[in-house]
Amino acid sequence: MARASKRRNTAAASRAFPQLKKAPSGIAGFDEITAGGLPAGRPTIVCGGPGCGKTMFAMEFLIRGATEFGEPGVLMTFEETGDEMARNVESLGFNLQSLVDKKKLFLDYVRIEPSEIQETGEYDLEGLFVRLQHAVESVGAKRVVLDTVEAIFSGFANAGMLRAEIRRLFRWLKDRGLTTVITAERGEGALTRYGLEEYVSDCVVSLDHRVNDQISTRRMRIVKYRGSSHGTDEYPFLIDKKGFSVLPLSSIRLQHKVSKDRICSGIKDLDTMLEGRGFFEGSSILVSGTSGSGNSTLAAHFANETCRSGKRALYIAFEESAAQVTSNMRSVGINLDQYIKKGLLQFRAWRPTQHGLETHLLRIHDLVDEFDPQVVIVDPITNLVSTNLNEVHAMLMRLLDFLKDRQITAMFTTLTANRGAEEQTEVGISSLTDTWILLRDLELNGERNRCLYVLKSRGMAHSNQIREFVLSRSGVRLLPAYVGSGTVYTGSARLAQEAREKAEALREQQQLEEKRKEFSTRRNVLESQIAALRSELSSGETEFARLTRQRPERQRRVALDREEMGKLRGIAPADQVVNS
Amino acid sequence: MRTSKVTAKPPKTKATGNGVPDITLELRLYVAGQTPKSLIALRNLKKICEEHLQGRYRLHVIDLVKTPQLAQDDQILAIPTLVRNLPQPLRKIIGDLSDTQRVLVGLDIRPQTK
Repeated sequence: MARASKRRNTAAASRAFPQLKKAPSGIAGFDEITAGGLPAGRPTIVCGGPGCGKTMFAMEFLIRGATEFGEPGVLMTFEETGDEMARNVESLGFNLQSLVDKKKLFLDYVRIEPSEIQETGEYDLEGLFVRLQHAVESVGAKRVVLDTVEAIFSGFANAGMLRAEIRRLFRWLKDRGLTTVITAERGEGALTRYGLEEYVSDCVVSLDHRVNDQISTRRMRIVKYRGSSHGTDEYPFLIDKKGFSVLPLSSIRLQHKVSKDRICSGIKDLDTMLEGRGFFEGSSILVSGTSGSGNSTLAAHFANETCRSGKRALYIAFEESAAQVTSNMRSVGINLDQYIKKGLLQFRAWRPTQHGLETHLLRIHDLVDEFDPQVVIVDPITNLVSTNLNEVHAMLMRLLDFLKDRQITAMFTTLTANRGAEEQTEVGISSLTDTWILLRDLELNGERNRCLYVLKSRGMAHSNQIREFVLSRSGVRLLPAYVGSGTVYTGSARLAQEAREKAEALREQQQLEEKRKEFSTRRNVLESQIAALRSELSSGETEFARLTRQRPERQRRVALDREEMGKLRGIAPADQVVNS
Repeated sequence: MRTSKVTAKPPKTKATGNGVPDITLELRLYVAGQTPKSLIALRNLKKICEEHLQGRYRLHVIDLVKTPQLAQDDQILAIPTLVRNLPQPLRKIIGDLSDTQRVLVGLDIRPQTK
């Protein structure tokens, strides 16, 4: 559909240069590098040495055509019988017989047995045409595969006639608009042993199988593709249980969707450093540090957090086995086993040297396809680098592209060899990633402490601080490093500093306490004095009151006494009263 | 073209003397339409058969244009192809059969006149 609209848009241009119609091969990656597939209705030569995967390519083209694109096909084999062929592709999960039964595929095995053939004069290969015609007509084929048509050169002596017939055959296929794949053996110093490429000028694909450092890599190159643009690089490809896959070195598009959603790192303090919300979803995170600086722990926290929030995480370990990682992580309080059991976490561990880079990449592709995780962790990617830095760079770029395309958050850890070159070793990789967290060791006061800082984090105002990274039984803590007098204290230096501070505080506290005590005694003294005065006062008051109370009585007594006395003296009381 | 001249008594024929096998040969000639090569082949074959087999053969001419399925079944690639089905083993002779000597070798018959 996209192609159709493009054609409409450039209607004028396409009239001058009609767009070549393409037949999608259905082979993962191939259609991408050829911008649509093989030239439709034309023959294509796929050449390569023995065991390079020619037949697989051809078979997948045919089977995908029949199953996915509704184009029935004819398979004409010259070397293997139909049964053998069916068995070969069975391992890839294709059932030839059912396609044959459904009339989507026609198999014809052409047996060539030179020993039972006697040549007596002129002949041609009309029989081949009759068979092909019959095959094409009986299933209404749109695609044809001739698997090593050159085998006829071994069966017949008249090379001149054979060449003429092959030329006629290709013409015949083209005239009928059959998209054809012809496989051919590689020749010495030539693409094909019998120079078939002379006759097919439309598209030539070369496959190669080479061994470097004991690791075999398959590569594909499009030698020519008339009338179409195509990638000219050598593309690694793989044949595995899912068939043939070509891995484009770099995605042609650079149009990843960008997410504004965040995903927690699993370490609260680290989230704080990243605007308090963690990484962007679908971004890529590089964690680098020297060996033993806690790369894996950081990765495990991330995995743990992802699973805790109910998302799926894929953890690819290149150094330790799954059991080893989980048991190690238990020591920092992370229980990954529970998530493995729940199916939220998938652990895959294999040796970096076990495969070539492409296989690694493809395995990760496959795992991602199968498991559909939200987070992929690769720990560590460094071991891959041992082979060839350029290739690793290319591979990681492809991996990152792939993961970003699917909005999968990726965390890679790398081990830096030694201090000094830290910021350079993975320059190739670090420029590709969105967030780069650096773990560093500081050797100070006879100990080694871990520090963490966020070197970059695209699209957010991340902290620029160096934090101390402390591993404990209950996980990771990022302690705000002690910053004072222009230095960052970590480890025991930080502790010493903190102790000093504590002592200071304590001293102050003690001083205060003393003051308080002193004052309270003084208060007691004063208070007792006050009490004494009070009692003195009150006793005075009592005396006075007593006196006050006694006074009228006394006066009465005095009066009585006086009266008595007056009686005795015989003086009238009235006088007394008046006088007094 | 069918014949029953196969007898255990050979005196009248020269065949036995020339080592021609005593059994009927079953021959098939595969052609694809009336092409010149096919016609030449058929003419050559008839001549050889008459000269060397004296009727002790059965010949079917199969036109693959009419029965294309047989091309696959009988593994025919080159046209024209002459197949000796019987006696075993199966033999294939391709070409317009213009080289009589080779045809005879191919059919495993010794030439009658030499």
